[in-house]
Amino acid sequence: MSRLLSEQEYRKTKAFKIKRWYRGEKDPYLGTVELKPQTPFQEDVETAKQRTHDEAMVRRMIYDIEHNKKLAVFRRLYRIVSVFFVFVLLGILLYIVSYLPPTGNAANPDNNEVAAKYIEDGMKDTGAVNIVTGMILDYRAFDTLGESNVLFTATCAVFILLRLDAKSKKKEEEENDRLYEPKNDVIVQKVAFFLVPMIIIFGIYVILNGHLSPGGGFSGGAIIGSALILYVNAFGFQKIERFFTQKTYKWICFAALLFYCLAKTYSFYCGAHHLETGIPLGTPGAILSSGLILPLNICVGLVVACTMYAFYAMFRKGGF
Amino acid sequence: MKIFQIVLFVFLIVCAISVSFSKNLLNSIIIFMSYSLIMSIIWILLESPDLAITEAAVGAGITSILFFVTLKKIHAMVEIEKDEDKEEKE
Repeated sequence: MSRLLSEQEYRKTKAFKIKRWYRGEKDPYLGTVELKPQTPFQEDVETAKQRTHDEAMVRRMIYDIEHNKKLAVFRRLYRIVSVFFVFVLLGILLYIVSYLPPTGNAANPDNNEVAAKYIEDGMKDTGAVNIVTGMILDYRAFDTLGESNVLFTATCAVFILLRLDAKSKKKEEEENDRLYEPKNDVIVQKVAFFLVPMIIIFGIYVILNGHLSPGGGFSGGAIIGSALILYVNAFGFQKIERFFTQKTYKWICFAALLFYCLAKTYSFYCGAHHLETGIPLGTPGAILSSGLILPLNICVGLVVACTMYAFYAMFRKGGF
Repeated sequence: MKIFQIVLFVFLIVCAISVSFSKNLLNSIIIFMSYSLIMSIIWILLESPDLAITEAAVGAGITSILFFVTLKKIHAMVEIEKDEDKEEKE
């Protein structure tokens, strides 16, 4: 209501309309902008005949190589030019390859002091027997953080693309074949019963021994993820939802990435200021050694395992 | 060992070429899987076991599973099942 204008005039102003729309009394688009159902396309017999006739004529005229000279020339030219193009490209690539330095040459640009430093001081600096893990989780830990975040972002993107709403789920399930899953295959279930624990234990072994033997967070995580996928295939989604849901995934990823960030920020900060980190490196070769590498490996492994399972669940079911 | 390596490399190239020439998508995925397995053996021979484990787990395991699921999602595997049904009836 307005004090300056009378009721009739106030009803014409924009403020009144906006207020009315805000209160939800009247939808301005109702009745004016509305989608009408499309009338099904109907074609009478005459035009349909004409159309098919025209199409056939056009097709005959275009692909008539014997009479259409242009087309014949174009086809031949197209083949020659494509082969020519491929060979030119091949030549350029081979020409550039000949400029690459020979493998194993001591003067190659990759034979610089960085590699020598990693190999000589790797065990002393990081405490890891496995130089590769020492490199990717200590010297180049920032790269690995980026990789874990890329995985997390990829899951988010798959989530946006493939997630099904709870409403549309029922309809989808009626049409989809996964309603009949699990198929209760006895062989698969018996095999999974014995194999899944072993695969998971092997994955944990690979993760925990990342700084001692080949392996590490990424490969171990992938192994655990494949074990989870096998479990789902054998026993169905209902059983795995007892211990692994979207909430679990969210919190595991969040906690692992956060811990990775904080731990590495701390050690980078201390390293840049030449401070003592206070993290013991331990004796090389022992399972509890090499400072932050073991917890970081566990973090990466958790993120990777959850991501692999999340991909599968998202593709299969559209959510988990 | 040298002969073994050469055999593996030849197999690798054959796999890589036949992936793109196979008309059945399911077949090409299985060939791709075997490509990853051969690649992981080659990584071991090249003395990088870290990569070999990752290649076996990710390349041969999870990537192909995701490909299979995608094929099922886009109903590319339906026709095969139908054909099998027909054969069974005959």
